[in-house]
Amino acid sequence: MDRMPQWADVVLIPLISLILAAILSALVILGIGEDPVAAVRMMVNGAVGSTYGWGYTLYYATNFMFTGLAVAVAFHARLFNIGGEGQAMLGGLGVALVCLHVPWPHWSVALVAAAISAAAFGAAWAAIPAWLQARRGSHIVITTIMFNYIAAAVLNYMLVTALRPRGSMDPATARFPEAVHLPTFQQIFSSAGQPLFRGAPANISFFVAVFACIAVWALIWRTRLGYEIRAYGHSETGARYAGISPFRITMIAMLISGGLAGMMAINNVMGEAERLVLNATEGAGFIGIAVALMGRSHPFGVFLAAILFGFLYQGGAELALWTNIPRELIVVIQALVILFTGALDNMVRMPLERLFQAIGRKRRDAGEGAPKPGPRSAQHEPEPEP
Amino acid sequence: MTFMKSVIGAAGALALTAAAALAEPALIFDLGGKFDKSFNEAAFRGAKRWSDETGNSFLEIELQSEAQREQALRRFAEAGANPVITMGFAMADPLTSVAPDYPDTKFVVIDVSWLDVPNIRQVAFAEHEGSYLVGMLAAMASKTGTVGFIGGMDVPLIRHFGCGYAQGAKAVNPDIKIVANMTGTTPAAWNDPVKGSELTKAQISQGADVIYAAAGGTGVGVLQTAADEGILSIGVDSNQNHLHPGKVLTSMLKRVDVAVYDAMKAGENVETGVFTLGLAENGVGYALDENNEALITDEMKAAVEEARQKIIDGEIKVVSYYENDSCPVLSF
Repeated sequence: MDRMPQWADVVLIPLISLILAAILSALVILGIGEDPVAAVRMMVNGAVGSTYGWGYTLYYATNFMFTGLAVAVAFHARLFNIGGEGQAMLGGLGVALVCLHVPWPHWSVALVAAAISAAAFGAAWAAIPAWLQARRGSHIVITTIMFNYIAAAVLNYMLVTALRPRGSMDPATARFPEAVHLPTFQQIFSSAGQPLFRGAPANISFFVAVFACIAVWALIWRTRLGYEIRAYGHSETGARYAGISPFRITMIAMLISGGLAGMMAINNVMGEAERLVLNATEGAGFIGIAVALMGRSHPFGVFLAAILFGFLYQGGAELALWTNIPRELIVVIQALVILFTGALDNMVRMPLERLFQAIGRKRRDAGEGAPKPGPRSAQHEPEPEP
Repeated sequence: MTFMKSVIGAAGALALTAAAALAEPALIFDLGGKFDKSFNEAAFRGAKRWSDETGNSFLEIELQSEAQREQALRRFAEAGANPVITMGFAMADPLTSVAPDYPDTKFVVIDVSWLDVPNIRQVAFAEHEGSYLVGMLAAMASKTGTVGFIGGMDVPLIRHFGCGYAQGAKAVNPDIKIVANMTGTTPAAWNDPVKGSELTKAQISQGADVIYAAAGGTGVGVLQTAADEGILSIGVDSNQNHLHPGKVLTSMLKRVDVAVYDAMKAGENVETGVFTLGLAENGVGYALDENNEALITDEMKAAVEEARQKIIDGEIKVVSYYENDSCPVLSF
């Protein structure tokens, strides 16, 4: 049996999915009487046409990278962590507590501490469903979903009763002190004469996210633990036979996953809002699932998919600002992309696979030599569907 | 269609140049959305009235995410929109960082009164005063001696509503029992009519026969169930008496539409500063129309009008929840 060439799996399938989603979106825009070409141009201009647009696109992308990586790591152990949302909320709590209650001398120290605290809170939130899965067999999908609601309630309770400054209306913490403000892209890249990324929220935590991508790659494919996680994900019985403890792997994979989701808070809470608001995560935890699916659970794929979703978010915002397209339809457009790239993956994959098999057979029949088994390291293995 | 196209074209050009000084007002709806049958929709009504009367258009956006708050403010200000009108207390924080960067642009914010920035018009409402009046009406209409309060999301603003309501009810009948529930702790609580309906049934089983819903879209379910079960309800923000004629005792009016209309009418010259609209300014009040005139007797009306005057004159002091973050007559 021929496999699809690597490039088709990585490039062609997402591309075709995207084109299909774009065509359907165009039909939707036509249906409500707007011009799809103008709309797309506005999205592209608004999201990647200026440093301002990039500043927002990369800000959203940073969120999605963290949550996407979180889902991806759990996927490798064949655990479906839908609790990124709740873990990121708790991460926000961790960031807020560290930023508000410790007098930090410099943002860099605060960033490290806040990242550790965010990861610890997120991991702690993931630990309970993980333990329930590993020890009691409670399905992780159900428990992590439910923990999202509990996280929302915990956050609400903390904000309304404990963290809200006296007399303030808004269920949010006070502003973080000046010392912990993270440098934004505007501060990093602007020269005196040329302001870049003006007013955009992208900040130094983007680089932390990129570093996290690299770290996850190294962890999954360059360490013994990563090997164990993957082995466990491919075959639990096989892993057990090889002496890998399912309990240990479930716990560790979920702790890493929760920690990554929690670390999203250094971007949205510490970098952007500079205070903790009630719905700070606004669905990034769920977008992370789509990002991980689209990125085929590979950190580089997650990186690209996160930027795509950042583009969709920022482009959608520009549409909302300058056109009369209702925001519900902007969500429809975003949802179509998620649907095609995540859920309907096989719709594109299967015909393509058949096509490549047919081509392969033809070549064999034509006597162009037997197909050589391609270099197949484990990282090129397509992910098992969760 | 062609109009839409020209709008897109113009907007596209606008987005690119972002310098053309169009003195168009802009309206930023909060996350609840434009058609929430309540707060944001009232703003839209005010804006629409202005645009119908003048024939002018306005820019608008329904926010989708927290990060868009600052973004929308900056983009509209840079595009020359003036004034930029924003809805809700969640805009307070972004405004403090954005407004000083655009000193020539006037910003308007509804439900905020504590900012110290010169180019912001802050409009707050004395909801506790209006709620006090409907609380009196509720206590007078109640036969069981128990009245209910259903809030949306559990935030200080809604406790503020409930506290005024409880004080009004206690003023009429010091022994009255007040059942208070909040729908939820997340923003979804603003739009959960099913839960509103369940809470209504639960409060009816505790004896409540008048229920005040201060819960945005959730209130639709409260009013519906109250009408189905044959008890009275009280609407909020907009006049909701017409939803179930003869079944809605009254509505606590909060004239967000007037605030938005006035700001748009004044245009670039809108006066800045803090404006609290209470009973004296007709910013809040209770609704009396043909749908509920049979429910409000002359005595009730006289009593409420008297209280209204006394509040305006300062003879009755309605305690605000914000003063101590607690309510003297009701614990939530």
